Amino acid sequence: MKKILALVLVLLLALPFAAMAEETPTVKIGVFEPASGDSGAGGKQEMLGMQYANYVQPTVDIGGTTYNVELVYADNQSSTSTAPSAAQQLVSEGVSVVLGSYGSGVSIAASPIFEDAGIPAIGVTCTNPAVTEGNTHYFRICFLDPFQGTVLANYAYNELGATTAYCLAELGNDYDQGLAHYFQEAFQALGGTVVTESFPTGTADFTSYLSTATALNAQVFFAPCSLAYTSQIVDQAAAQGVTYPLLGSDTWDSNVITNAAAGKNVTIYITTFYQEGGSPEFDAGIKEWMNANPEALTNNGGNDMVSAVTAMGYDAYFVALQALELAGSTDAAAVNEALWNVDYTGVSGQITFNEIGDANRDSAYIKTANTTDNVWEFVTVQTVE
Amino acid sequence: MSFSTVLPYLLSGISVGGQYALIAIGYTMVYGILRLINFAHGDVFMVSGILMVYLNASGLPLYISLPLSVLLTVVIGFVIERVAYKPLRSAPRMSIMISAIGVSYLLQNLVLYITGGLNQVYPTIPWISQSISVFGATTRMVTLVTPVLVVILVLALVLLINHTKVGMAMRAVSKDFETSQLMGVKINSVISVTFIIGSFLAAIGSILYFTNYTTVIQTSGAMPGLKAFVAAVFGGIGSVPGAVVGAFIIGICESIIKGLDLILLQAGVTTQMLGLSTFSDAFTFALLIVILIVKPTGLFGEKTTDKV
Repeated sequence: MKKILALVLVLLLALPFAAMAEETPTVKIGVFEPASGDSGAGGKQEMLGMQYANYVQPTVDIGGTTYNVELVYADNQSSTSTAPSAAQQLVSEGVSVVLGSYGSGVSIAASPIFEDAGIPAIGVTCTNPAVTEGNTHYFRICFLDPFQGTVLANYAYNELGATTAYCLAELGNDYDQGLAHYFQEAFQALGGTVVTESFPTGTADFTSYLSTATALNAQVFFAPCSLAYTSQIVDQAAAQGVTYPLLGSDTWDSNVITNAAAGKNVTIYITTFYQEGGSPEFDAGIKEWMNANPEALTNNGGNDMVSAVTAMGYDAYFVALQALELAGSTDAAAVNEALWNVDYTGVSGQITFNEIGDANRDSAYIKTANTTDNVWEFVTVQTVE
Repeated sequence: MSFSTVLPYLLSGISVGGQYALIAIGYTMVYGILRLINFAHGDVFMVSGILMVYLNASGLPLYISLPLSVLLTVVIGFVIERVAYKPLRSAPRMSIMISAIGVSYLLQNLVLYITGGLNQVYPTIPWISQSISVFGATTRMVTLVTPVLVVILVLALVLLINHTKVGMAMRAVSKDFETSQLMGVKINSVISVTFIIGSFLAAIGSILYFTNYTTVIQTSGAMPGLKAFVAAVFGGIGSVPGAVVGAFIIGICESIIKGLDLILLQAGVTTQMLGLSTFSDAFTFALLIVILIVKPTGLFGEKTTDKV
């Protein structure tokens, strides 16, 4: 009896192997994003784009064989100290290419891990120049902070007529500090004055900073921070009845902000990668998909508004697929080589990489929050040489 | 230096100070009686905020969800004591403290699991979240309500401690744990009452705090909790009035430091911004170190101290 039982068990064990041999092979794409922490909301929206892309296009032809694409997730918890171990997790999973992250600090922190493992990474919305600088494995499909900071400074100075700007950034956050620095540089070059202050991580009280800006007669308040802080800033600015407009960077482009501003008397201008309506087909498709998935809808903040980061996540996935196709192999080194030749036209525009590994982009969308209808409204496309 | 420059910082300092005070009382009372630093207290405060978010989302009207969130917080505080601290009553003090740290992480991770790590927006409570103008500075009603409410609650608490039977039992227990037990004081119920009062005040503090700072995440309780703890040590841990005074001092100092640059600039002391606002948190913890060195018992503390 025991022998028969043992035999059956052994056969059962062998079953998955037999089944696997018939299945199509799988290629793994690592998703290196924050699912928790201060940037958790943004990271989840960026992942939505990848998940939807994976739903639209679940297979890829590599060297004549059709592969299933499997997304492997690692949560970097928005923390530069957790980022390396999350990256290590992806490396040990044997991914061919990595997408992410939302937030530059975590990308910079994880970069050496990917480099050592020889795995290429495609930054989706990490805009700090240091992410791709001085390496050959980190690419990025979005514009950069010097560009974004300049766009915002130009807009504030020329269009909003501001001469004094107040900048607020989180201490020790590469993204915040970098963007504040580039904004300041550009704004001062135009002839304006800038006051920059930093707040410690975990701050909840921004009224003091808003008061300082008011007392200094600032005409714009620029806060390139994580969503956790920016939603508070919007709320507290409205409660304080500030008269200056709030300027935001790509992190602001989320319904978290429009929800915080809903029905309040605040003016908000932001730069971003994509405006809903840019690709009606994509918008309609992802809305339908999100509405059919309660979890996706929750991760998008409870409604089906398309964030720019979601569109970027979608494009990043297809850039990775094209690189895999060009490489003709799932080998990470081959994919890395192939990435230089990628030329993909996505929903956010054409994507080709320059010699640093950055996407060639020269324009940004400027949007404003409509506080009555609770949506983002398109203002203009700002181009900087 | 004009008054109008300082006023907004002062207002936000008083408001934050009041909210720290309500949390600090919980720390100081539990310490007074159990000689335990209840590290989970800041997280109870955060859980109270999360409860309110979910109760409100479930569609209950505010006049039910608000008291219910306070009630549930009190129940949580009570249950934590019964489950995590009571079985360790005769264990070395270090064990209870480790248990408290465990509870703290348990609560944080439970909330992380439930919310998925996303910020939850605290519901708007009418009237106290209205904007009002005070001498030209615009702020929320809650800023003015907080100090008044804190004073009322503290007076009530002091009356309770000094003039009721439970209060007498509490004082007896905090003087001598074993002897009061021998004298027939029901030690477990006294400790439970302490936790109930502490959690109640934390729940009230959470309503006031999150009305001002509307985002709740699993780590929302950590910083206010730590600062309230510093306030309790500053005022002399074990002393209720000390905790309140300490909390107001810390809240106001912290807020003034955020505006110090501007105040100095307008007073003509400096000619440019020095970036001092960066040090607002560092100040709080530097203060803790200085107090521990100079006056380990704090402003109103007892003479003897215990090692923790």
